[in-house]
Amino acid sequence: MSILQVRDLTKSFGGVQAVRGVSFEVGAGELLALIGPNGAGKTTCFNMLNGQIRPDRGSVTLEGRDLTGLSPRRIWRMGVGRTFQITATYASMTVRENVQMVLLSRHRRLFDLWRPAASEYVDEALDLLEQVGMRPQADRPCGVLAYGDVKRVELAMALASEPRLLLMDEPTAGMAPKERIELMALTAELVRRRGVAVLFTEHDMDVVFAHAHRIIVLSRGALIASGPPPVVRDDPDVQEVYLGSGAMFAKEGAA
Amino acid sequence: MGFLVAQFLSGLAHASSLFLVAAGLSIIFGVTRIVNFAHGSFYMLGAFVAYSLADRLSGALGFWGAVAGAAVFAGLLGVAVEVLLLRRLYRSPELFQLLATFGLVLVVQDLALAIWGPEDLLGPRAPGLEGIVRILGRPFPQYDLLLIALGPAVLGLLWLLFHRTRWGILVRAATEDREMTGALGVKQTRLFTSVLFLGTALAGLAGALQVPREAANLQMDINIVVEAFVVVVIGGMGSVAGAFLASLLIGQLQAFGILIFPQVTLVLVFLVMALVLVVRPYGLLGRPQAVPRAGHAPETPIAPASQGARIAWAAALAVLLALPLAVGDYALVVLTEVFVLALFASSLHFAMGPGGMVSFGHAAYFGLGAYGAGLLMKHLGAGMVPGLIAAPLAAGLGALVFGWFCVRLSGVYLAMLTLAFAQIVWSVAFQWYSVTGGDNGILGVWPAAWAAPKWAFYYLSLVLAGGGIYLLRRVIFSPFGYALRAGRDSPLRSDAIGIPVKRHQWAAFTLSGAAAGLAGGLYAYSKGSVFPNLISISTSVDALVMVLLGGVQTLTGPIVGAAVFHGLETEMVRHTDYWRLLLGVAIIAMVLVFPQGVVGALERLRPRRPGQAREEAVAR
Repeated sequence: MSILQVRDLTKSFGGVQAVRGVSFEVGAGELLALIGPNGAGKTTCFNMLNGQIRPDRGSVTLEGRDLTGLSPRRIWRMGVGRTFQITATYASMTVRENVQMVLLSRHRRLFDLWRPAASEYVDEALDLLEQVGMRPQADRPCGVLAYGDVKRVELAMALASEPRLLLMDEPTAGMAPKERIELMALTAELVRRRGVAVLFTEHDMDVVFAHAHRIIVLSRGALIASGPPPVVRDDPDVQEVYLGSGAMFAKEGAA
Repeated sequence: MGFLVAQFLSGLAHASSLFLVAAGLSIIFGVTRIVNFAHGSFYMLGAFVAYSLADRLSGALGFWGAVAGAAVFAGLLGVAVEVLLLRRLYRSPELFQLLATFGLVLVVQDLALAIWGPEDLLGPRAPGLEGIVRILGRPFPQYDLLLIALGPAVLGLLWLLFHRTRWGILVRAATEDREMTGALGVKQTRLFTSVLFLGTALAGLAGALQVPREAANLQMDINIVVEAFVVVVIGGMGSVAGAFLASLLIGQLQAFGILIFPQVTLVLVFLVMALVLVVRPYGLLGRPQAVPRAGHAPETPIAPASQGARIAWAAALAVLLALPLAVGDYALVVLTEVFVLALFASSLHFAMGPGGMVSFGHAAYFGLGAYGAGLLMKHLGAGMVPGLIAAPLAAGLGALVFGWFCVRLSGVYLAMLTLAFAQIVWSVAFQWYSVTGGDNGILGVWPAAWAAPKWAFYYLSLVLAGGGIYLLRRVIFSPFGYALRAGRDSPLRSDAIGIPVKRHQWAAFTLSGAAAGLAGGLYAYSKGSVFPNLISISTSVDALVMVLLGGVQTLTGPIVGAAVFHGLETEMVRHTDYWRLLLGVAIIAMVLVFPQGVVGALERLRPRRPGQAREEAVAR
């Protein structure tokens, strides 16, 4: 059964139809890549899923529960974790405290004024850091980490909320090629084990074709292709969007 | 009818002077991103210098020559201030900029006092405009008509300057995007210096033109700068047209407000500002501020006290407990005040450190606490214990109401709004004679008999202030405190992990206010009286100085800061009449050379892990 169901999602900004009638599903343990050229509507699409933008039309359901138009906080509580294109972690806290912060929120302890936060859910936090390979750095301030390590911390933070769906906005942006493959291999392994559904956008096609189970392609706000990587790779519409059709020069040549 | 027209016209005249000051403030802010607290000082100096010049020059030309001379003098002084001080602050956090320029206010106040003395100085009338005209049968000063015309004239000239000259276009470009303008090869230093000249000359001109209307006095700097802040915030920071609109609004509000609520004109003005900010957070014609590209260094993670630190604290506490056996009453009184101020400073630190909300009006909650206790005593005859319970409750309630507005804003706008609320509380305490006793204050707020001996009140303050500080510290380490810091570090991430950032900030603001209120209540009983100056800007600034003196990024900073500050103040006031001058110089020096504060500087001396500095450099 699919975890995320998106039906007929539509959003306009002024006269521009940024996203037009987009529908797709993501299943448990599946990595679905959302790709498309700049301006295709990927970010708008993403922000409608995570609650930052309210869709004009259409619905988003997570395991049968409607989360269309809810606030980001509510959507997170319903089981949607996320990582950001430009990492967003807490620079004045240690790596472990960053993960503990999520755990405290998940256990609804945010208005506890008394017990020391740093000694809550320590084992759980360390266990998550172990899984992303950051346990040795658990006590370092998050503000001084290398960028690739911050990405790993973000992944641990996203998993800490035990999400059913993970939204990853360009998870490997700004990383070295080797780190990219490692991070995505790690993500793939973790989501497979936990049965989480992942939707990610990505510009690096090596990452996409190496790790996505399925790919959907957006162009000018509409879905133009969907399927396993080889199918999408050979799709003539997709090739045209990414490479151009050559029609302009063909015409010039004919003239 | 004639009366209303005359009132309207005098509102316009006031609006014009206000506009000259506010336009200068706004232009300076637009380009330098510095909120120049000392802007009112240039206005005041303009008035004093014009008075002195007009005294020496004679004839019709003498007066106008004095006005022009005063404006140029203020402008040149502005240039000197830019070159010597502001230039070093462009990359500092805005709080430091506000504080350093406030230091300048203190310096100028004492210098003006030394040069011109404490008396109000009434200058000559403007030659040729001494008379009155009759408007609908009502007398109206000719001179005010000149002022009314001056506002729009200056607006027009500024418009021409900014849209028709190369210099003006560069200034506008720098207002939009300072880094980009610099990257395009525009020489920033000269641009900034000339902007300072223009802005401060306008303030000096406004002050000089005020000489025939009201006596030059030593309070005009703060009065005008607070009003100009309101105008600039309502109009939108950096917008000259916005400043003009807002000046008209405030001018009329004061002209007619005085007819309707003579007691609360100030309250009315600040209420309008609060309303405008809630509806349009960046003012009428303002735009969201561009986020500066140079970020600040991240704070190091907090850690619970180490074994050694715990022992040191226990030892310090033991010494404080044993002290009444060894020292006299005077030392106990000073120390009692240090405890109270340490709680006050800690409450401010709680809001601005972990909370990330720079409050420039924390005296409001200190004062609400003091007045909560004082009013209960005055009107209901209540004793000390109910008073000390009422103090944090009253202040907490005030912070709850004001905080609802404040957490909607951030940065400079937040600081201005907290300042505005503090001024509201101050003006209520100052003007509502029948209830608060106005500037006569409330006397006889004495502790209960069992707490009356100095040593007893010393212990009471130690327990309550120490307990309050301990609770605040406990909260900082609790999940609530962590969530608060999370909201400050990254609102985006916090929203994405279910932290209601605004609600946390609101709760923290309220808690901070309540703690300040407890300090205020204790202060009232330690002094035996409550006066409106408890709520003045300088009380707010004292608290900021204590926090910064200790170091805002440290948890023990406020305590150390309060002790050092109060100790210095107590000593200095005994030896010199120029405490404000020294304090001003000290504030400026602190901001320039000692921005991490005492405790922060000490922590920097601790041995660091090898490679840490390099990592930090890479991370930035």
